[in-house]
Amino acid sequence: MIEIQALSKVFGETVAVDALSFRVEAGETLALLGTSGSGKTTTLKMLNRLIEPSEGKILLKGEDVRKLPLEAMRRRMGYVIQDVGLFPHYTIAENIAVVPRLLKWPEERIKARSQLLLERLGLAPDVFLARYPHELSGGQQQRVGIARALAAEPPVLLMDEPFSALDPITRQELRRDFRELEAFQQQTVVLVTHDVMEAFELADRICLLDKGQMQQMGTPRELLFQPANDFVRNFFAAQRLGLAYRVLRVGDLQGLDDTPPLAGPQQVEFSATTPLQEVLDQLLAPGSTARIGVNHEGQWFSPAQLTQTAAAFLQKS
Amino acid sequence: MNFLNFLKENSDKLLELSLEHLGLTLLSLLLACVIAIPTGIWIARREAWSRWVLGAAGILQTIPSIALLGSLIPLLGIGVKPAIFALLLYAILPILRNTFTGLQGVDPAVREAAAGMGMTPWQLLRQVELPLAMPVILAGVRTAAVINVGVATLAAYIGAGGLGEFIFGGIALNNNQMILAGALPAALLAVLFDQGLALLSRKRQQRPSALLLLIPLLGWMAWRGPANKELLAAAFDPEFSERADGLPSIQHQYPGLAFNTLILNAGLLYRAVAEGEVDIISGYSTDGRVKAYDLKVLEDDQHAFPPYECAALLNGNTADQYPELRPTIELLSTKISDSLMTRLNYEVDHLHRSVSDVATDFLRQQNLWQAPEGARKGEILIGSKLFTEQYLLVEIFRQLIEGHTSIGVIAKPGLGGTKICYDALRTGEIDLYPEYTGTGFQVLLQPTDSIREAIFTDADAVYAYVKENCQQRDGVLWLSPLGFNNTYALMTRSALAEEMGWERVSDLLKE
Repeated sequence: MIEIQALSKVFGETVAVDALSFRVEAGETLALLGTSGSGKTTTLKMLNRLIEPSEGKILLKGEDVRKLPLEAMRRRMGYVIQDVGLFPHYTIAENIAVVPRLLKWPEERIKARSQLLLERLGLAPDVFLARYPHELSGGQQQRVGIARALAAEPPVLLMDEPFSALDPITRQELRRDFRELEAFQQQTVVLVTHDVMEAFELADRICLLDKGQMQQMGTPRELLFQPANDFVRNFFAAQRLGLAYRVLRVGDLQGLDDTPPLAGPQQVEFSATTPLQEVLDQLLAPGSTARIGVNHEGQWFSPAQLTQTAAAFLQKS
Repeated sequence: MNFLNFLKENSDKLLELSLEHLGLTLLSLLLACVIAIPTGIWIARREAWSRWVLGAAGILQTIPSIALLGSLIPLLGIGVKPAIFALLLYAILPILRNTFTGLQGVDPAVREAAAGMGMTPWQLLRQVELPLAMPVILAGVRTAAVINVGVATLAAYIGAGGLGEFIFGGIALNNNQMILAGALPAALLAVLFDQGLALLSRKRQQRPSALLLLIPLLGWMAWRGPANKELLAAAFDPEFSERADGLPSIQHQYPGLAFNTLILNAGLLYRAVAEGEVDIISGYSTDGRVKAYDLKVLEDDQHAFPPYECAALLNGNTADQYPELRPTIELLSTKISDSLMTRLNYEVDHLHRSVSDVATDFLRQQNLWQAPEGARKGEILIGSKLFTEQYLLVEIFRQLIEGHTSIGVIAKPGLGGTKICYDALRTGEIDLYPEYTGTGFQVLLQPTDSIREAIFTDADAVYAYVKENCQQRDGVLWLSPLGFNNTYALMTRSALAEEMGWERVSDLLKE
């Protein structure tokens, strides 16, 4: 869907991005992960040519983006930035309508689309459409920012640290709502973030960058359990256990007991693909009676089993 | 109450001047917007240029308005054109700077989002940057409007009309009602402009062009073309056009004589007629520029203008103390004709000769020059008003007295106006200064209307009146006239006078 080949960017003497190549398939979400100065934002901005590459090629559905008309190409890529950048003199409705209007959509269609998107993003359309950005909280503004980027149903969505400016609780909520968004699941998304947890939560694959060079590219699980080098290993060191709970699923659990559990604790069923983090959250929900998990084969597990499994995976890596 | 009466009596004129003022301000403001806003947009995109462009606009702003208006005459002539151009230059900086600042103030995130969404640079400008910068740009337009309402009063100096006509006329005539009738509406206009534009900027203005379209419409409505082209084109200074012994007297003494009149600063009249902007001007008969610009003074055959014969005024006590003073000065009686005085003024003003050289040459020619000899006994002070002719007369008096007597002389020329000189003479702070009979008659003595009517164009009668009354009232002596009459005069280019056969003011009636 989007492919870059040996993409480089040099600012003066500094090599910001060094011969980077990757491919993002249709419907896939790729996170460009790295510390500041790693070249992740520069890479993203080269995709929609806000920054012109020094060398290399960018292909959108196999077409070289430099051969596409600039504005038309950008209208096919939704763009969400950390500072949101809503137009302060436009209402929410007008903000969302910017790209559809540029594309000369009929007003009816724009209206229907705006209402749908706001609803999906948890903002009541009749309350918010007529408001101005300054009347909204930061989290609400970024929801509108996402709606605006998705308005014209672009095949590709580019996101530059979209949740970083929000407080942790708002960030968590918005990330969850975003992850459940149909559009997010169907679209090709390239997400820039410095937040490891965010990358693990949202991305199908992660491209870890340092000083403009790719350190490793793969699924979160691959990066965590099969780090390509010390940089990758150290990058996740501080949060390994938490990350393991995110990438491991119920199906990964080992050494489960086939004997029926003792009567007493409440049993909760989980499918094989449920991440361990979610299982933990449910089993350890505050204020409830004791609970144990049960998988589709009827095997049961307690939080202790989850920890043992995670530890076992981490030890092997 | 006087003020209200004045407004009532001059309501037509007031309306006309206000509309002219409005037109000048709006038209120049519009042109300034047309130039400054695109330039501001351009430099906001090219920061390297912004310092230079803003600097240049800043320099324009510092040129004194009178100097700017004056220097535009050779290029654009007189009247509305140079006035609008000058106003336009003053309006550029605030609009330019605010356009630049307003665009710089647009949140970079907004700009990045707009570009990232696929807006073209033009869409970005029209839909995002300009609307967001508009309050700041409008604030600049407001500043420019208020500046322009103020500077537009100076347009009256170069014949572009406007409320300045009342202000400068009022200053020239010392008529406070007239000054107020110009100044108050001008202040009101400034406030209206400012508040009107403020109102506009408070609205969410998505279509700035709609506002900008309003301005030319108003400007066009307010600005009317020049008056009747059939009439002789004439330019008068504000004082002349209002004073009873100026234009009104001409119209009274020469019935049927009418002009297509322009009001112009006195200092610019001579140049305006010389360069063919107009054909007739008011002026002073002995002004050096009459010679410098080769002008022809038309003879006032019907005596519209009062006599302004020049004579020395002498403090009575000084005359008693130095009996030789009076006969010495009266050696000059009738020695200086109009054309001779014009020539002396010309030599100083245009040939830039020193006042003392010109005075010495004059005295030599008249065989009155003597080198001062011996010690000085006693001392007198000679004063004068603030123009070349008076400086020259002071110097002539000084050299004459020092050559012919042993009295010491201190020259104190350039004291200011008539009142100051006369009061200084009356109280003995100065002993002698040159004065004009018409001024003494009208300004110092202020006779009743009946006396005025009876004698004011009769040179001998006026001289007799001032001589008698000043001596009786203040103990001040009018010595015998020097011979020239520095009065109002109508004048034209010599070449034109010759071509048309104009000698006297009456000849103009044939046109």
